Amino acid sequence: MGFSINTKEENGIALVFVQGEIDMFTSPNLRDTLLPFFKPSTPGVVVDLSQVSFMDSSGIATLVEGLQWSKKENRKFVLTGLGETVFNALSLTKLDKVFTIEPDADAALAAMKQ
Amino acid sequence: MVIVKNLVKKYGSVVASNHLNCRFETGKVTVILGGSGSGKSTLLRQVTGLEKPDSGEVLFDGLDLTRATREQLYEKRKKMGMLFQGAALFNYLTIFENIAFPLREHTQIADNVIKTIVTMKLEMVGLRGTEDLMPSQLSGGMMKRVGLARAIVMDPKIIFYDEPTSGLDPISTGVIDKLIRDLNRKLNITSVVVSHDIESCFRIADRIIILYYGDIIAEGTVEEIRNSTDPRVIQFINGNPEGPIPFTRTDKNYLDEILS
Repeated sequence: MGFSINTKEENGIALVFVQGEIDMFTSPNLRDTLLPFFKPSTPGVVVDLSQVSFMDSSGIATLVEGLQWSKKENRKFVLTGLGETVFNALSLTKLDKVFTIEPDADAALAAMKQ
Repeated sequence: MVIVKNLVKKYGSVVASNHLNCRFETGKVTVILGGSGSGKSTLLRQVTGLEKPDSGEVLFDGLDLTRATREQLYEKRKKMGMLFQGAALFNYLTIFENIAFPLREHTQIADNVIKTIVTMKLEMVGLRGTEDLMPSQLSGGMMKRVGLARAIVMDPKIIFYDEPTSGLDPISTGVIDKLIRDLNRKLNITSVVVSHDIESCFRIADRIIILYYGDIIAEGTVEEIRNSTDPRVIQFINGNPEGPIPFTRTDKNYLDEILS
């Protein structure tokens, strides 16, 4: 599975769909995609990881930047579709409780409306 | 998976690896046990491509590391993490820069991301807050944990640990043992641990290999090793001073030598 990222917006909320392995060599691409959304005018960002087969520390650290932005701007940053491998990577770094995690993008959008 | 085939290494008349055959299976913790001078570290150096054997093969992802070019070894080493016995930190770099070093050397990752990765790794080894210290300001055990943080900073597929718990206090030993198991179980990392810490070995190993003067004298699960009837294995795991494994390294008679 090659690495690819697709984005779309729904009511101003950025939806980012990632596919493939997020590692030291692909995570800079993810960062380049995410950074433009991390501005005060973005109401929220959802990153769908359901098609991600592997994520290493650089992927997690890239997502942490989203978390930092959401805390600073009081915005929502939500992860969805975490498979076991991705969840294990998060739990190993003790960050599974820090991120807002929803089962899928629809659930994330619904949570953001609350 | 790493497969060792018929590996031979001699230093003069001393045989450090005597036609060794073994394998380190993906997602398993293999512990290489043995007394001082049994050939554990020599095997580790050959498996990581740091030292060439006299003959034999070391297959890593299908590539024979004993015949690999410098470029091929360099590529394979990106997938390997190594915790050296003495931690091998750069004395002139801070703890943060020591851990960040492989990331700066091998990747194009942004500084902000590197900072988060280093923080995560320091948290794993229980040393957050030491980022700005120099290695000389840490105890031996803390340096070893920093060495481990650096070994895992690139998220390697296989990690080699050379005496990971020697010189550590019991709590630090427990932390390192748990970390080795967690990395292994949660990330399916292959772990090869060289040790003579029996208790630690029994806690973490899926498979144990016992070396004695360059030979594999036992191989199996923790239970199989515990139940071994080989007197050398029994002496080693019980730490008996008397038995078939001599404490002295020379065959010369002590009195003959002292009176000559």
